[in-house]
Amino acid sequence: MGSWDWQVFLQDPGGKDPTYWQWLLSAWGWTVSVALSALVVALVLGSIVGMIRTLPNSPGWVRAGNAWVELFRNIPLLVQIFLWYHVVPALFPVMREVPPFVLVVLALGFFTSARIAEQLRSGIQALPRGQRYAGMAVGFTTPQYYRYVLLPMAYRIIIPPLTSESMNIFKNSSVAFAVSIAEMTQFAMQAGEETARPMEMYLAVTVLYIISAFAINRIMASIEKRTRVPGFIAQAGGGGH
Amino acid sequence: MLANLDFSFYNWDVITGFLLKGLYFSLFLTVVATLGGILFGTLLALMRLSGKKWLDAPAAIYVNGMRSIPLVMVILWFFLLVPFIIGRPIGAEVSAIITFVAFEAAYFSEIMRAGIQSIPRGQVFAGQAVGMTYKQNMTLVILPQAFRNMLPVLLTQTIILFQDTSLVYAIGAYDLLKGFETAGKNFGRPIESYLLAAVLYFVICYALSYLVKRLHKKIAIIR
Repeated sequence: MGSWDWQVFLQDPGGKDPTYWQWLLSAWGWTVSVALSALVVALVLGSIVGMIRTLPNSPGWVRAGNAWVELFRNIPLLVQIFLWYHVVPALFPVMREVPPFVLVVLALGFFTSARIAEQLRSGIQALPRGQRYAGMAVGFTTPQYYRYVLLPMAYRIIIPPLTSESMNIFKNSSVAFAVSIAEMTQFAMQAGEETARPMEMYLAVTVLYIISAFAINRIMASIEKRTRVPGFIAQAGGGGH
Repeated sequence: MLANLDFSFYNWDVITGFLLKGLYFSLFLTVVATLGGILFGTLLALMRLSGKKWLDAPAAIYVNGMRSIPLVMVILWFFLLVPFIIGRPIGAEVSAIITFVAFEAAYFSEIMRAGIQSIPRGQVFAGQAVGMTYKQNMTLVILPQAFRNMLPVLLTQTIILFQDTSLVYAIGAYDLLKGFETAGKNFGRPIESYLLAAVLYFVICYALSYLVKRLHKKIAIIR
């Protein structure tokens, strides 16, 4: 191994990218695209599922929401990616035309939606009961008091766990290496093998992962600051990877 | 659509030939990484809470570094670096065990740190007041209570850890998922194999998380 050789990034990998550093940048682009698209899917689905788990007097919906969370939380992400990539297209012919990128985004998005649903549920339940009753008392319908009373405060409460979940989604996008997505981990494995300089490749990729996670952390921190309600202190929660 | 699924090749020979070996390794990896992770994680947590900068700073760098890198990359790094450091090649399985102990130590240390901090300061002072040394105070007063507070979170982390063991796929170690995949390839039935893998992982993880929930209720009542 010996000394470093950073010139390796100027070599031609012989693919569609003229040099390794350009391939690395394109791989970074794939990582960011997968992570951000999956984050959107996860936020939308997680919000819906999290909300219906707190609906009053609808045990059927609550049970369905709980089942969703248990299903996507208790199967490893890699297995879920294999299910979307290999099993879903085989069982449902309409899914055969769907590009692999979309399948991986759905896999990561559904996986993360279960965690966000859990966080939003605990965020809504952390609010005093009186808030819900106040919304009902002024004549709001159920969608209205969720939209104008419960959700604005619940989302503020769960910004800290949402921040770590957004950073997790960047880290978890690395699992897409196992199917044909040209993201950073796959780049690290392939380029490391081709050039026989895995240390340089791994180090570059690791630094880019840390930069990505740090960037999303700063963005979430600024959102938290901008949306802060004076006098309202949100408590932190969450966990996991 | 579902008519052409065929699970019949999963007879006893296939289960013992392909799956049990993988299941044993996944479980072994989970147990070793949990025990090792708790041991080293506790040490890291104590370093971070020692109030001494030369102990706190390296532990903080280690923990935050591990937590900001994807596990797959950590697995790849260790597979590359460990043979380089010890000077001889090691198998994927041994590398996976070392990786998971080192990686989980970072996560368990954060859980331990929160657990130790959840113990009221009065307990520390009480220990000091009856003349206990730092070591006695920790092992006899603080840590037993912290462990008890943290048990549900520790066990939940262990379930996540069990799921994460599937990522040793990256270096080709033979775990439960690999067992299913190999069987699927050998019999030309990958779809059925992935489905069964998902079902088995779900059953194991759901059963464990159900037990953790019950334990949590039990502990919550006593406290």
